Amino acid sequence: MIPFEYNRAVDARSAVETVAARPGAAFLSGGTNLVDHMKLGLATPNLVVDVSRLPLDTVDLAQDGRVRIGATVRNSDAAAHPLIRERYPALSSALLSGASGQIRNLATVGGNLLQGTRCVYFQDLTTPCNKRSPGAGCAAIGGYTRDHAILGTSTQCIATHPSDMAVALAAFDAEVVVLGVDGERRVGLNQLYRLPGTSPHLDTVLEHGELITGVELPAIAVARHSTYRKVRDRASYAFALVSVAAALTIEDGLITEARVALGGVAHRPWRAYTIEAALRGRPASAETYRRAAGAELSQARTQPGNTFKIQLVTNALVAVLRQLATERL
Amino acid sequence: MEIPLRLRVDGEDHVLTVDTRTTILDVLRDRLGNTAPKKGCDHGQCGACTVLLDGRRVLSCLALAVAHDGAHIVTASGMAERGELHPMQQAFLDHDALQCGYCTPGQICSAVAMLEEFAAGHPSAVTTGQDGPTELTTEEIRERLSGNLCRCGAYDGIVAAVRQVTGR
Repeated sequence: MIPFEYNRAVDARSAVETVAARPGAAFLSGGTNLVDHMKLGLATPNLVVDVSRLPLDTVDLAQDGRVRIGATVRNSDAAAHPLIRERYPALSSALLSGASGQIRNLATVGGNLLQGTRCVYFQDLTTPCNKRSPGAGCAAIGGYTRDHAILGTSTQCIATHPSDMAVALAAFDAEVVVLGVDGERRVGLNQLYRLPGTSPHLDTVLEHGELITGVELPAIAVARHSTYRKVRDRASYAFALVSVAAALTIEDGLITEARVALGGVAHRPWRAYTIEAALRGRPASAETYRRAAGAELSQARTQPGNTFKIQLVTNALVAVLRQLATERL
Repeated sequence: MEIPLRLRVDGEDHVLTVDTRTTILDVLRDRLGNTAPKKGCDHGQCGACTVLLDGRRVLSCLALAVAHDGAHIVTASGMAERGELHPMQQAFLDHDALQCGYCTPGQICSAVAMLEEFAAGHPSAVTTGQDGPTELTTEEIRERLSGNLCRCGAYDGIVAAVRQVTGR
């Protein structure tokens, strides 16, 4: 780890000004990803601005029914909060399926959103990686691709976004509240992340120095009947091979509303608009679910090591929607 | 860059100056000589460095010391009271919940804090229903302790030890 200065933020605005003015500065929150990146040599900030003690650590219900989660709320607290468990069960479940109890006690909501990919080549400084060093090449393509993306990939990068929480937030059209030197702005969760394209070194649309101060969830009735299913190589404490966040409303046997987002398949949490469109107005049956999955996955581009994800996404989606449909009856 | 730091570790106050790069794990082991928390992977993947930080279990290898100035830390070394092992420590002995013992201090800290989380009604990934967990099943114990790896494979003994402490 290279030496760095440490600065404890006294308020969000001055933290933003400090980091924006220093190209080598980084925000620190829980540190569960940044500190690891610093040890690995992936992150080399010369100034660390600690925002973890800012008063952004509450979950609040707004008058219009929106729920706002402060950026420094710990993952474990967000998952256990009654507002999240009652109104957005898939979000609570997604949070709880990520990392471990110890990590969730440190990791914050803002940091969770901005964590880096767990692509093994990205994390290994001895292999070429376009995300780490633009133009260097991609060791994953043609390499070990079991964990890699099948949707929205480019010829330069097939990394996946590792967050479980963000998959549930994508399904619910959450908004990210961002503070910059020019003031506050809101970015839809589904607009926050970039696809790799020709600039895989850019994970999000945020500028250097912009700070996530919170996440807002719209009041949507369907979210109360939602769940999250994560499939991985061991039963717990592992990143997703694929995951599904879904919410479903069924009336008289027909699907009237559906929200679906997929994890472990793309450079960002993959909101599955094609699946949703293929579900709405159709009978709640395994046949409908399988056809919907097929429609979304027709655009997939697999690697030799991850062709199984097509079937795995399909099976996970069918299982999740079956579960939601059964619970409703 | 050196920064002054205050920490209370296992009930004892310490004032020291640390390089900003120092983790809590390194402060405990290298500066304070408390070798209960272990440096297994040093990357947040094994749980051997687990301590209680202001009452909550965390991975001390991923926590920069400067970010936790003023914190109260409890390690497995500080769990015994008046010469008596903590009930969780005794239970680990009673159930052979270890072989080499390297992961054990982290397991103990994690298990003690996990029971408090359960008692506070915190759900886990295997908890079903809206009203929170009602029974600490084997499945719940295994899920809640999944952040502590034991490469000797003493998991059955660990589950039995936790069960003993919960009186089941």
